[in-house]
Amino acid sequence: MRFLEPDGSFAPTPEAEPLRAIVEGLDDATLEQLYRDMAVIRAFDQQATMLQRQGQLALWPPSLGQEAAQVGSARAARAQDTIFPSYREHVVAKIRGVDPVSILALMRGTTHGGWDPADPKNGNTRLYTLVLGTQTLHATGFAMGLNFDGRTATGNPEKDEAVVVYYGDGAASEGDVHEAMVFAASYKTPQLFFLQNNQWAISVPVATQASAPLANRSAGYGIPTMRIDGNDVLASYAASRMYLEEARAGGGPRAIEAVTYRMGAHTTSDDPTKYRTRDEEESWARRDPIARMRAFLENRGASEAFFADVDAEGEALAADARERVVNLPNPDPSSMFANVYSEPHALMDQQAAWLAEYEASFEGDAK
Amino acid sequence: MTLETMPFVRAMNAGLRRAMEEDGRVLLMGEDIGKLGGVFRVTEHLQRDFGEDRVLDTPLAESGIVGTAIGLAMAGFRPVIEIQFDGFVFPAFDQITTQLAKLTNRHEGLLQMPVVIRIPYGGHIGAVEHHQESPEAYFTHTSGLRVVSPSTPNDAYWMIQDAIASNDPVIFMEPKSRYWQKGEVDTERRGAPLHASRVVRKGTDVTLVGHGAMVSVLLQAAAIAEGEGRSCEVIDIRSLSPIDYDPIVESVRQTGRMVWAQEAPGNTSIGGEIAATVSERAFYSLEAPIMRVTGFDTPFPPAKLEGTYLPDADRVLEAVDRAFAY
Repeated sequence: MRFLEPDGSFAPTPEAEPLRAIVEGLDDATLEQLYRDMAVIRAFDQQATMLQRQGQLALWPPSLGQEAAQVGSARAARAQDTIFPSYREHVVAKIRGVDPVSILALMRGTTHGGWDPADPKNGNTRLYTLVLGTQTLHATGFAMGLNFDGRTATGNPEKDEAVVVYYGDGAASEGDVHEAMVFAASYKTPQLFFLQNNQWAISVPVATQASAPLANRSAGYGIPTMRIDGNDVLASYAASRMYLEEARAGGGPRAIEAVTYRMGAHTTSDDPTKYRTRDEEESWARRDPIARMRAFLENRGASEAFFADVDAEGEALAADARERVVNLPNPDPSSMFANVYSEPHALMDQQAAWLAEYEASFEGDAK
Repeated sequence: MTLETMPFVRAMNAGLRRAMEEDGRVLLMGEDIGKLGGVFRVTEHLQRDFGEDRVLDTPLAESGIVGTAIGLAMAGFRPVIEIQFDGFVFPAFDQITTQLAKLTNRHEGLLQMPVVIRIPYGGHIGAVEHHQESPEAYFTHTSGLRVVSPSTPNDAYWMIQDAIASNDPVIFMEPKSRYWQKGEVDTERRGAPLHASRVVRKGTDVTLVGHGAMVSVLLQAAAIAEGEGRSCEVIDIRSLSPIDYDPIVESVRQTGRMVWAQEAPGNTSIGGEIAATVSERAFYSLEAPIMRVTGFDTPFPPAKLEGTYLPDADRVLEAVDRAFAY
């Protein structure tokens, strides 16, 4: 399912026709926002990769190439929806209101979390989850709770809530993803399973995870599923919006397989030249989601000033993030013990006291 | 005072019922816990009385049960999970150890995880493989979890309510061989705190320590020893993480000898941790090394060998004799 050809021409495929009204209803400002979101996060993402190379981050998982899949789905969600990311949905988090420096803090090693999902300014964005697929069950459980509490399917689209959960082609092999779909189908959860098939699970190609389209799996659990061009932000937006509306209205879970490409490394710790060809990378570079949307907007008459403004915003975000992340304070050692439990715990108290005493014993020593 | 005599399994049921009455956010989840009332009938009639939205007969997927319970807790519920048998908890091990246990820490204290996982555990019921194990040490080794194990109907009644009231995840180990043992339950006077050890028999010569089904074995051993002129103090630790050491250390300082007993295999187990800690804290009072009586470091054997595998009063007394040989 696709609206935009790689050259930016508007040419809906037959599968896209039923969703055409959604896309044609988007005004210029919204279309430009989709481009802006993608281009700005790419500048941030590239800055983050450099920060890792310079030793400022322990690790960085680039979102390079996956911007369309992420932006389209994130912009299709409503404010009341809850987002369960995996660990590469940087622009999803940013769109929902999370400070991108919080993501850098996680990758720098000053926190395992970074933000408070319950704080309204973070747009109901749950924390990143590093054990693959586990978050799909959390999302399903949360969505079961929406059903039990009557927070969805009331007929009021301004209030009805849904859940979006992101996972990838590697995680699609994890048992938890399958169990999440079993529970979601049984409890008819208001939930969108958003699979970004970026072709590679670190060094293992999707052909090792699946010998049939991954979209067949969710469909096999009885979950209506669409397979879309994940590098077309309009396809991602339209599919996500339609499915989320159906989910909020009580239709039960929905699934999207966004076929995209991880143009960068899995993380800064691996070297894609060891496992994939330059030809493959170049063929996907020609399908770059940002170039595609830019050509589309240019054909519609977007101004040079608009693109210059987007570039400036990206540079400003990257510079601001760099400035703030390198100045993040290290956590206090006592914080290790502070939040393991939410209620007092004898072992935590003893070990925190011991560490404080031990560290105090060095005071006055020559450094 | 309202005293009622009931079997452990009914005390569990009554405790769950009361927790559900007092807090509408408490949900029960598990396999066969609704219509059937659970394979041990712990949740009998609760679905009938509270409805299918509060007592969930879930799909048969342990990781799915724990993972969705985490999501429900994020949505403000207090899920109480039944794992059907001890050996079936392992498909959920990842969700328990990497997610449930760590979420409060990951959220820097901003998220609480009030989830209880009930696990019927231990031997003495003559069952097949994976139905008689004691996996508690896997969970006590994981920071972020609390682990408790009642040994009496009164503790079952109160500890399950305290576990549900806890804002931290609690692994609730139910000694299944005790399910049918009757005891007095005081439904008015709150039991001992969830994480407190308790002296269940006073004595002066040696301190016997254990939890769950082993407490009754220790009491049998103490009764036999009394006939042989040895006075045994018996302590039920009740909480396996954290462990309340003070009553144990205080006792060992008086008796100078300690024997620990558990059904679980001994290697790198709770018994080793307790022996090391009590040795550190009561070193000058000890007349003998701390003795440990445990299951063997083998898989739990076929049922016809469980009597050989499981520590009984004779094996406890043999360890007491060894302690007195010093």
